Amino acid sequence: MINLKIDNIPVSVPEGTTILEAAKSIGIKIPTLCYMKEINEIGACRVCVVEVKGARSLVAACVYPVNENMEVFTNTPAVRQARKTTIELILSNHNKSCLSCERNMNCELQALSYEYNCDCTAYPGALTPSEVDESTDYLVRDNSKCVLCRRCVATCKAIQHVAVIGTRNRGFLTDIGCAFEEDLASSSCAACGQCINVCPVGALKEKREIDKVRAAIQDKSKTVIVGTAPAVRAALGEEFGYPIGTNVEGQMVSALRLLGFDKVFDVNFTADLTILEESTEFIHRVQKGENLPLITSCSPGWIRFMEYYYPELIPNISTCKSPQQMFGAMVKTYYAEKMGIDPKDLYVVTIMPCVAKKFEKNREDQNASGYPDVDAVLTTRELAKMIKGNGILFNELANGEYDAPLGEYSGAGVIFGATGGVMEAALRTAVETITGKTLENVEFTEVRGTEGIKEATYTVGDLTVNVAVASGLENARALCEQIKNGTCKYQFIEIMGCPGGCVNGGGQPIQPAYVRRNTDVRALRASVLYNIDANSKVRKSHENAFIKKLYDEYLGEPASHKAHKILHTTYVKRNKY
Amino acid sequence: MVDIAKFFLEFTVDESCGKCTPCRLGNKRLLELLTKVTEGTATMEDLDTMEKLCYYIKENSLCGLGQTAPNPVLSTLRYFREEYEAHVKDKVCPAHVCKKLVRFEIDKDKCIGCGICARQCPASAIERTDYVAAGHKLASMAINQEKCVKCGACVGACKFHAIDKA
Repeated sequence: MINLKIDNIPVSVPEGTTILEAAKSIGIKIPTLCYMKEINEIGACRVCVVEVKGARSLVAACVYPVNENMEVFTNTPAVRQARKTTIELILSNHNKSCLSCERNMNCELQALSYEYNCDCTAYPGALTPSEVDESTDYLVRDNSKCVLCRRCVATCKAIQHVAVIGTRNRGFLTDIGCAFEEDLASSSCAACGQCINVCPVGALKEKREIDKVRAAIQDKSKTVIVGTAPAVRAALGEEFGYPIGTNVEGQMVSALRLLGFDKVFDVNFTADLTILEESTEFIHRVQKGENLPLITSCSPGWIRFMEYYYPELIPNISTCKSPQQMFGAMVKTYYAEKMGIDPKDLYVVTIMPCVAKKFEKNREDQNASGYPDVDAVLTTRELAKMIKGNGILFNELANGEYDAPLGEYSGAGVIFGATGGVMEAALRTAVETITGKTLENVEFTEVRGTEGIKEATYTVGDLTVNVAVASGLENARALCEQIKNGTCKYQFIEIMGCPGGCVNGGGQPIQPAYVRRNTDVRALRASVLYNIDANSKVRKSHENAFIKKLYDEYLGEPASHKAHKILHTTYVKRNKY
Repeated sequence: MVDIAKFFLEFTVDESCGKCTPCRLGNKRLLELLTKVTEGTATMEDLDTMEKLCYYIKENSLCGLGQTAPNPVLSTLRYFREEYEAHVKDKVCPAHVCKKLVRFEIDKDKCIGCGICARQCPASAIERTDYVAAGHKLASMAINQEKCVKCGACVGACKFHAIDKA
């Protein structure tokens, strides 16, 4: 243990601890901007500087390890003045259109500027030339707001192993972007949107579709259907001041009605449908012994990553469309037929914790009815903005109920939003289908939790099934490498593009780095979904009465010809450049 | 000396890698302030800001480049402060190197009116006047200060040392 004094308070911490962490242990928050634990420890922004007795200059607390008998001062006038100047310099090269910025009131730079009483006009001068990159369907980068913290770069490289963005040029001309001055659309970006979640300012955001949705709602000729993804209800409340991990499903449904959607359905319903199709596919593949391991296809970020980096795995990927696309397909075929509405007059909106879904809806082969399955995708953040913009007092809303029939879901459907959820849901159905017996304990806790890769072995009848669950593309890559070099022992793999699964998706409410560092946001949000599951009467997808009805009335049986036509898709190899 | 400091700072701004804020933005802003001084538009407050910024950059930069980049500014401010103040208060460059503050003028009594300077001037800024000095046959030349680009080509061209830099 190392003994030191921080602001004259004796502290004892293990060797290798940084000043930042040591200060945190005695309740002192040193401000940071570029720092992300283990991901981006570069000491670049200089917002975290502190005074160390005997040191030649101020030191960056985020990277400076503690020494025996060190004396640190975190709040001297010199330290505060240095931090203030740093923030004012950053502001001097920042597009200060705060009033119309997406991140107004949720901006780390704005908060620092307030805390340090900064003058944003202190250093007038030139701005680094920049352009707005709107080349993709899902992401907008506005470098005029970028503070060059490099958190997006570190996330893209270290967490997602994609590394399509980096710093370009040098000195005052430094900016963040793709190699060779290309735009994002020409890169092999997986579209996960994790970069948005770590951006301290408004330099990154999803491509907005709010106006499109508002116009559709106003259009009298359209019946506008909305479906909500499992993970949205676990995080939307954060935008309205609820603590992380609050379930706001009922209020969300009421808010969606008030927004003017004609029917409020739940994508959880098609999550159940996905399970029936996917578990059937799994059983067929195991029986035939071909194309194993089967890998899930729910996460469009993962699918895009696979198409770029591991196209040889295409035969292993489940051909099931994602729950979002199944939702759109079912609305425009089954529901349209049932209600006697022409699918061209249906407008399907989904609320997703994800930005890759915006890309997914535009994929080819996603138009079962002859029209696009899904017309618009809103992220959780966009929904919150719409609710606020419509003057809806979210916190005062009574709990609403989803409309039938596409609003009924089982506990298995809702846990899709957390890593391991799809696997658990599929196992519940597959085990019962294979053994023909009722499952006593439906909880497969081995595949739960926020670790990157989880594995488990189950004995189903006379079959031994090895499964693995990965979230985050770094972990996905590790499993893909195993499959490629033949050391993979699994028969069934679930992969989610974002670390922790959809609850931590690129479209979820943004929590500042300090909160993300000190709170397990993923686990708190996931607990909402597992609680809903634990309190559900129906906890297996195949016991969802409306799913049964859907097969009886329309699809026949899982993996039938009709189901294949409507609910399955294909993948393509994508070239990296 | 102001120009020397600017020369060194231009170099470090150019060489800055762009990683840490003090060097990337601090040196750039320092250079902008220094440029204001050389153009005669700076105020005395700007000199104080520059000095503070210099110490800030030295104290806070990540690497040796940033930590030493403001040294030329600091040492010229310390030992040649009167030169900076001349730029700011009197709008004069004592060393006659800051173009914005330099003025070329033709001594109308020394000028014999040969016109060689006008032929050398890249900006066609030299014109003939109506004034014929005593003992000279031709009217003298004069520089149109609006057009002058302060290149100094006329000074070198004049064999009669009739053109002065002030």
